[in-house]
Amino acid sequence: MDYVIEIENLKKAFEGKEILKGINLHLPREENLAVCGKSGIGKSVLIKCMVGLMQPDSGKINVLGKDMMNPSLKDLEFIRGKIGFVFQGSALYDSMSVRENLSFTLKRSAFSGTKTAITERVEEVLKSVGLVEAIDKMPAELSGGMKKRVGLARTLIKNPEIILYDEPTTGLDPATSMEISEMILDVRKSQKATSIIITHDMNCVKMTSDRILIIRDGLIYAEGSFEQLQSSDDHWVNSFFQ
Amino acid sequence: MKFQYIYNWLPDLVIDLFIEVGELARFTQRFFKELFRPPFEFNEFLYQSYIVGARSLGLIGLTGFILGLVMTLQSRPVLMEFGAEAWLPGMVSVSIVTEIGPVITALICAGKIASQFGAVLGSMRVTEQIDAMEVSGVNPINYLVVTRVLATVFMVPLLVLYADAIALAGSFLAVNINGNISATLFVFNVFDVLHFSDLLPAVVKTIFFGFMIGIIGCYKGYFAGFGTEGVGKAANTAVVSASLAIFLIDLIAVQVTHIIYLH
Repeated sequence: MDYVIEIENLKKAFEGKEILKGINLHLPREENLAVCGKSGIGKSVLIKCMVGLMQPDSGKINVLGKDMMNPSLKDLEFIRGKIGFVFQGSALYDSMSVRENLSFTLKRSAFSGTKTAITERVEEVLKSVGLVEAIDKMPAELSGGMKKRVGLARTLIKNPEIILYDEPTTGLDPATSMEISEMILDVRKSQKATSIIITHDMNCVKMTSDRILIIRDGLIYAEGSFEQLQSSDDHWVNSFFQ
Repeated sequence: MKFQYIYNWLPDLVIDLFIEVGELARFTQRFFKELFRPPFEFNEFLYQSYIVGARSLGLIGLTGFILGLVMTLQSRPVLMEFGAEAWLPGMVSVSIVTEIGPVITALICAGKIASQFGAVLGSMRVTEQIDAMEVSGVNPINYLVVTRVLATVFMVPLLVLYADAIALAGSFLAVNINGNISATLFVFNVFDVLHFSDLLPAVVKTIFFGFMIGIIGCYKGYFAGFGTEGVGKAANTAVVSASLAIFLIDLIAVQVTHIIYLH
């Protein structure tokens, strides 16, 4: 099978406390994988290790055929050109307008277009998340849901092969959460992207994921489809679905 | 074994200081590595130069003017006692250009600019904006740090020269409060005493002041701790460390200048 991400026995500790104790994960192309678990269990650490934002202590990480344990600068640039990361708090550059947030990334990527081409691409992506009217607004003027959508647009502008979502619906009302979940599905259809979605929102999990991993005590505790895990006999696994 | 003994013997505060200096040295090394690596963020450099330079003109000008005025008013009675009142413009100008002007201006810049760098980069770190830059393939050191440090390296010496000029204007006013001296005579008296050898070391050391203000401000912000407390601490320690670095550089600069001119 064509795996875009392969992780074996991944370990990571902070100040002597082991957070990830040996994670194994294989992600096939175009799959949407949801990763669940209690807060502080290391879900975000796991995806940050995949893009080189954090360095694991031991194990193996292979992303799109590149070894991410000790990546060269060239490999890191390659991977970051292919991976999009949607941050929990959106992480919009607050000194830049929405337009600048999007074009900033594009101008410094492999995209080789004129000024007009960049503007067209920015407008096209903003249209896809339904925010073209907010193009000249500053991040401080946007609501939480709008920020999430701009964050997603900023990720999509590079046409990534893999998208990592760090709690994309946290802090949003149910209607906006639903909109974001629908967008994640749309992205998968339109871009044929592979995704990892870190979330506690089981509605989002149900809507967007093909497979779910549940992490407990630094290890993968349960794995399966939404229906499989929902009907699990394990009380702890079941508690996520109630 | 010997090092382990010394390590155990040293107080935690000293060990922390060594660790901090080591980390700052590594950060400085990264700065120099990225300095020559494209892309060159020229527009951001110009914007930061505007923030550091143009936006500080009012504060630096006012402080410089008061400095020149007060120094002259304070020095006058002492010089009058020795009948050396005519030396007033020269003495004040040498003090301002060689020492007081650069140090006071650099300290103001440390308070205004290093704290700003610490707070801005700190909040960018806390809100994951620096991580977002990194993931999207933008080099944050290149975009955020190199541009800011270069801006302080170029702008602080210019601000010091500007502060010196304004301080001399303040001094001219103070001289004329209790006496009467023409602008031409004042300038003649100043440049009669002030030599190129006074000006050059003063300007050279301000380049180092600018570098330390920029690199310390960026370092503290770039590695800020979590939460609003982390941002506050980054801004605060940036000012304290940059101010301390200014005094240390000044001490070294005085020694080096003496050695060079004695030989």
